[in-house]
Amino acid sequence: MAWLTGHLTVLVFWAFAGVAIVSAAMCVTRRNPVASALWLVVTLFQLAGLFVVLDAQFLAVLQVLVYAGAIMVLFLFVIMLLNLGQGGPHDFKGVIGLGVGAVLAVLLLLQLSVLRHLEPPAAIALPPGTMAAQQAHDGLVGTVARPLFDAYLVPFEITSLLLLAAIVGAVVLAMRKL
Amino acid sequence: MLLGPSLAVSAVLFTIGVTGVLVRRNAIVIFMCVELMLNAVNLTFVAFAQRLGVAGQIFVFFVMAVAAAEAAVGLAIILAIYRHRETVDLGNINLLKG
Amino acid sequence: MTRTAMSLVWLVPLLPLLGFVLNGTLALVRPTAKTAVSVIGVGAVVAAFGVAVAVVRALAVGHAAEPVVFTYWSWMPVGSLQVNAALQVDPLSAVMLLVVTGVGSLIHLFSVGYMREDDGYARYFAYLNLFVFFMLTLVLGASFPVMFVGWEGVGLCSYLLIGFWFTEQINADAGKKAFIVNRVGDFGFLVAMFLIFQHAGSLNFTDVFAKARSLFPLGSAAVTAITLFLFLGCTGKSAQIPLYTWLPDAMQGPTPVSALIHAATMVTAGVYLVARCNLLFALAPVSSAVVAGVGALTALFAATIALKQWDIKRVLAYSTISQLGYMFLGVGTGGGATVAGIFHLATHAFFKALLFLGSGSVIYAIHHAYHATHSHEDAQDMRNMGGLKAHLPWTWVLMWIATLAIAGVPPLSGFFSKDEILSAAFARGGVERIWYLFWGMGLAAASLTAFYMTRLMLYTFHGPNRTGERERPLLREAPWVMTGPLVALGVLSAVGGVLNLPALLGGSSRLERWLAPVTEAGAALLPAHAVASGTEWTLIGIAVAVALAGIAGALRMLRPADLLPAQRAPAETGFARVLWKKWYGDEIYDALIVRPIMWLSREVLWKIVDVRLVDGAGVNGAAAVSRALGWVGSRLQTGELGFYVVLFVAGVLFVLHVAVR
Repeated sequence: MAWLTGHLTVLVFWAFAGVAIVSAAMCVTRRNPVASALWLVVTLFQLAGLFVVLDAQFLAVLQVLVYAGAIMVLFLFVIMLLNLGQGGPHDFKGVIGLGVGAVLAVLLLLQLSVLRHLEPPAAIALPPGTMAAQQAHDGLVGTVARPLFDAYLVPFEITSLLLLAAIVGAVVLAMRKL
Repeated sequence: MLLGPSLAVSAVLFTIGVTGVLVRRNAIVIFMCVELMLNAVNLTFVAFAQRLGVAGQIFVFFVMAVAAAEAAVGLAIILAIYRHRETVDLGNINLLKG
Repeated sequence: MTRTAMSLVWLVPLLPLLGFVLNGTLALVRPTAKTAVSVIGVGAVVAAFGVAVAVVRALAVGHAAEPVVFTYWSWMPVGSLQVNAALQVDPLSAVMLLVVTGVGSLIHLFSVGYMREDDGYARYFAYLNLFVFFMLTLVLGASFPVMFVGWEGVGLCSYLLIGFWFTEQINADAGKKAFIVNRVGDFGFLVAMFLIFQHAGSLNFTDVFAKARSLFPLGSAAVTAITLFLFLGCTGKSAQIPLYTWLPDAMQGPTPVSALIHAATMVTAGVYLVARCNLLFALAPVSSAVVAGVGALTALFAATIALKQWDIKRVLAYSTISQLGYMFLGVGTGGGATVAGIFHLATHAFFKALLFLGSGSVIYAIHHAYHATHSHEDAQDMRNMGGLKAHLPWTWVLMWIATLAIAGVPPLSGFFSKDEILSAAFARGGVERIWYLFWGMGLAAASLTAFYMTRLMLYTFHGPNRTGERERPLLREAPWVMTGPLVALGVLSAVGGVLNLPALLGGSSRLERWLAPVTEAGAALLPAHAVASGTEWTLIGIAVAVALAGIAGALRMLRPADLLPAQRAPAETGFARVLWKKWYGDEIYDALIVRPIMWLSREVLWKIVDVRLVDGAGVNGAAAVSRALGWVGSRLQTGELGFYVVLFVAGVLFVLHVAVR
């Protein structure tokens, strides 16, 4: 049974990952911005699924709410407001631009593939299952919320200032006349 | 659990995001690709959180807050630019020229 | 009780320093307050003399074998280098203390009359007091660095006072020459200090001399190098071959300055240094021979030049160089001769100060006469003097005393000191032959000394007067404030010999016993040498005969009556011209050292190194590289966001590439 659960988890992981990668590729390659945005929404949903597999259920919910729910709506709203639905002829760069982009992308992937085998040092690594045990003890929200209002209180408060500044900035920038 | 595969997926998604930024001209699409990159990094944080403690998840929380702020301001900037130049094509926006 | 009197020693340099501060302030604020300046300037040095007498009396009562060191504060505590601001009282510094403050007081007094008319009166006394302060620091310093402070300070004051009338180019040039030539010597002093610290690990006199015997084997390379570098410093400060050329030019300063700095005190600093380090020199026989040899050669060489100089002060300047040579012959010979060198230093301070001040009195009289008639004749040229004994009787008598003293006629002071040096050199010749040569050179120089000094007296005071018809009635003796110090110095020159009357003549060698704590360690190292009393009498006879022969020769050969005033005098010819041109010493230095350096500076260092390398490659090159980089940078600034992103990603890739490795 445990064997089956383990393999099932891996299977689910790769299902979400595969869809995420495909939809991300679609997002980048679609000429139409609305299509791109919708493909991105798909990717974000898949990432939410991956978060669940990786024991971050609370973040998965936030991912759907904040990204898919709020941010992407904002994107679509702006696209439609500016009437950019069909995409221009110059949306992609020329041959040279595409070539340079491809070369840099391959180089980046090579670099990152080296980092992929990174393992945290055994000294600071927690034993497997710690996260699940903590979630069982504190609850899904509590696991994240406790340190957030404890050790990370000051950064958390500063985030509120950041958001306030963003709101003011957005209003000022978007307003025709102040 | 699944640390290596997560990092691999994250790397691929990040590279796709970078590629998008590199090859597209539409400011909004580029912006979406940046969001994609942020999410790829979030995936890394979450994957490492399993091994190194819940701090990784806290970081994702902050990244989301920053992303939201960034989206709000960034889109406002795009709106302002569009109002002036009737386009969001970066090929036509070269006021930064030194 | 003696300790309390001796602990006042800090007052001795401090009083002149206070005088400098007050007079310097007056020079800036109220330069016309000449009475106040005189009181402060003279008073500070006379008070210092009083304190010095008390200190020396205390030392004489206690008569400790060890030097008494007073440490005031830690000056340079750097790792193992511990230098304190400390003063040291011992028999040697006591002698120097009395000479500097005593002769200094008299010369300050003389200056009151000599400089009275000068606009820079306050500035003059400020410098003079500063000089006395540094000179006292030099002789009282308990370590090489403290001494070096004084050493450099007196060099600075010398520069300031040579160029005192700096509005004339020649005076300013003379000051610079003295300063630069002294730098060469100071280089030697510095290197010697480095070497001493490297070997002994300390720079305090007491520590270094206590360790010297165990540290340096007799004649070792290290101590030879140290002493030779020290002697290089001495040749600069004390105007010995090869660095003697600045002293004659230094006569451009006021005459009392020549008397105080360039005859009686500062130039003897080198002799003091060698006497202070007599133990080190005794450990290095080669260096001792070099010191004695250079001294003897300088004595003879400078005496020949003095034969044909017409400027009265230049005759005295070369005479000073020559007498300094004698002192080095003494301290180089070592042992008892070190005492003789210091003895000659003291007596020379008396009679040479007297000669300079007397010449100052003469120049003062002639200058005033010429000034009254608006004549532009040279007031220092002996061809414009003659027959002055009728007009300046006091000066005439006193300068004859000094002349006989310097010539070595008994029983005047110079006879005793010079005879002791020559006897000691002869005695050491019994062990090392080369000293016979030094003795012979010293003897020849003694004869020449008697000759040129008699010549100076004949041309200045005897024969007909050549000053000019209109000026003659205006020539008169200087005021008492100037003749007073002359009388005092005359008495000292006459009887100074009693300081160290040798046993042979029924004396008790007081100076020798007084200085014994300083010299005995060094004397013990020297090969034993002594001459029988019969030989000694013979030597005395030879010395006196030579001196009298010089005087008699001058009296017979020279005809003051045939001399013409400077403007109508014919040019020198033949060998006389070579002597008049000082063996072309300045010209040779100019051709061998000055011009090559100028050429190197102008053609290589300036036109190639500075213009091409520093300005061209360095400054303009850096500008060109910056501009090229800036051009590349500005090409990168396309304004295309997409292009920026490409560059940004490339940059990140590069950083990753470096970081991940």
